[in-house]
Amino acid sequence: MKKMILPVALGAAFAATALSAASAGTLEDVKERGKLRCAVSTGLAGFSYTDENGKWQGFDVDYCRAVAAAVLGDPDAVDFSPTTGKTRFTALASGEVDILSRNTTWTFSRDADLKFTFLGVSYYDGQGFMVKKSLGVASAKELDGATVCIQTGTTTELNLSDYFSANNMSYEPLSIETNTEGRANYLADACDVYTTDASGLAASRATFENADDHIVLPEIISKEPLGPLVRHGDDQWADIGRWVLNAMKIAEEKGITAANADDQAANSKDPEVKRLLGSSGEMGASLGLGNDFALVAIKAVGNYGEMFERHLGTQTKVNLARGLNATWTEGGLQYAPPFR
Amino acid sequence: MSTSTVPADNSFQLSQLWRDARYRSYTIQIIALIVALSVVMMLIGNAVENLEALGKDFNFGFLYEPAGYDIGQMLVEYSSASGHWKAALVGLLNTLLVAFLACVTATIIGVFVGVLRLSNNWVVSRLMAVYIEGVRNVPLLLQILAWYAVFIHVFPTPKQAVKAPVIEGAVYATNRGFYVPGLTFDGGYQIVVAVLLASIGGIFVFRRWARQRQEATGQILPVGYISLGILIVPAVLAYFASGMPIGLDYPVAGRFNLKGGLKVGTPLIALWFALSIYSAAFVAEIVRAGIMAISKGQTEAAYALGLRPQRTMSLVVLPQSLRIIIPPMISNYLNITKNSSLAIAVGYMDLTGTLGGITLNQTGREMECMLLLMATYLLISLSISAVMNFYNESVKLKGR
Repeated sequence: MKKMILPVALGAAFAATALSAASAGTLEDVKERGKLRCAVSTGLAGFSYTDENGKWQGFDVDYCRAVAAAVLGDPDAVDFSPTTGKTRFTALASGEVDILSRNTTWTFSRDADLKFTFLGVSYYDGQGFMVKKSLGVASAKELDGATVCIQTGTTTELNLSDYFSANNMSYEPLSIETNTEGRANYLADACDVYTTDASGLAASRATFENADDHIVLPEIISKEPLGPLVRHGDDQWADIGRWVLNAMKIAEEKGITAANADDQAANSKDPEVKRLLGSSGEMGASLGLGNDFALVAIKAVGNYGEMFERHLGTQTKVNLARGLNATWTEGGLQYAPPFR
Repeated sequence: MSTSTVPADNSFQLSQLWRDARYRSYTIQIIALIVALSVVMMLIGNAVENLEALGKDFNFGFLYEPAGYDIGQMLVEYSSASGHWKAALVGLLNTLLVAFLACVTATIIGVFVGVLRLSNNWVVSRLMAVYIEGVRNVPLLLQILAWYAVFIHVFPTPKQAVKAPVIEGAVYATNRGFYVPGLTFDGGYQIVVAVLLASIGGIFVFRRWARQRQEATGQILPVGYISLGILIVPAVLAYFASGMPIGLDYPVAGRFNLKGGLKVGTPLIALWFALSIYSAAFVAEIVRAGIMAISKGQTEAAYALGLRPQRTMSLVVLPQSLRIIIPPMISNYLNITKNSSLAIAVGYMDLTGTLGGITLNQTGREMECMLLLMATYLLISLSISAVMNFYNESVKLKGR
């Protein structure tokens, strides 16, 4: 029986990658299952977290609900998988989830080398630093020699290394796996600086007991366009994800909200609004969905602006201004291609 | 009449493969082999097919690309511009370091606890029982996290530590790690190192000679003190003779951290501590079993011959119990090594953290990284096994 040990060990190794079988018809699979499987983060205030009732909430979570509403007609037909920065790509590549909506930065190598398709930018972000006020640091350029907490498996650790070597500074990295651990280490003074995307810093800071004792330094050291992504090889599924996101941005431009969507669909004179909400044309059908897919999605979670204000905006604890994420008509970067 | 009841050899029937005891075991083995091989083939085929479906190739070229990330604790020179292979090497050395440290301390604590567990003092033996049962029945990951939390909360921040040093100007304990003076090497230090190594060799020669002398004449030398002398005196002489080439580098306070000196990071300490405490409980049980397995008659016989208890233990009981202790100790050392892969929980960058963690994630080469990772752990474990088995051979009961 000694011989059996090797096959079993190999089996365990292969099973991890062998599960995949990226089938072409993700849409059919999702419809058949009646559930969308969506990977989110393990917990980041504003983006994805479970509320006191154990229900997933947040900006990234709502995008999944919008897709579920568009595809299945039910925003609650989602199985959420919490993933860490390390496990997310494996989860998506192996086919364990249908879509990854976990503040993930769109980069060349993730697109080309890891074989993923990014569906657009749901949040324009950049990497920043948070320090305790008591350190008396006013700029990231003063951080020479500091201990920095970083989440592993993210673009932040690469940016950090680049930034410090470009400025001829040294640092001691403390690599941690999740945002929760990062916060714990930072608060216990095991590191001087916590670095991640500025939105993540704001979200973490919002959960601190004495948020005012901490400041986010002014330097933003990277471009972090965050967005949802799917596997290469299923263009129909990618189009669905992309146009659900675009539909929500267009809805904001056109002033369509969760509350007035039905009314707009029935009474609007604007041809683009009518196409978007399915009251004219066969736009949804070409995606393999109902013509009213955008209407259902918007009714479920609201337009892009509503989603933002509900989870991240200045009225929330996270307290982020729209900034770059305002629509292009307001001077921001959120710009969806025309719906025609 | 002689051979009429025995069937002729050439009348082989297919059913004999199963019914005849002479062939049955071959049949079973061949079937098992075919099943095992087809499972392997299926898995390989499946992996190849799926890699193809994902449009991924299988090669190790990524190991030579720049890693792009930094590592906190390293034993060899490494920067973010080094290749992924170098990051894997740093991780490997970190794994070996913590595994080695934990094996040593777990053995020391374990032997100590195992002997005390057999103590005639009721309180002591009960206390040890509580320790063993408490520690070995709680998952290791929780213990690692708990110790880490203790270390980062109990020890002072670097700023406070500078005000309250363990030894002013030399040793500081902070929640980010312990700082001790490091060694600096100037020209000519090789002489001192060479002398030190030669002394260590000399100690072995001396001890052998002392034993032979004792066997021949019955006279006992103070081996311990002389060994210590051989170790220290020549090295110290060489140090001064070659102009004090080895100096100390003291840690000093910087803006955020202490600078200079030798830093042993909290992740390493917490992991080392947790692994030692956890594994020592298993070692203690193995030691206890080994000692209890030696018949009481052996001890009594030794006493009757006039040996003192300490010598009875070291010359009569321990050599015999080692034969029982070593085989389970091998698997214990293997467990420590493999358990060290939980390091990532506290941010200690071991092999799983670099090659199986960040590198895997940044390059997306799951298959290559995992295979390489498993092959490396296999190699480490087999090496430990080989060394320990070699030692086991040397203490085993020899047929004379």
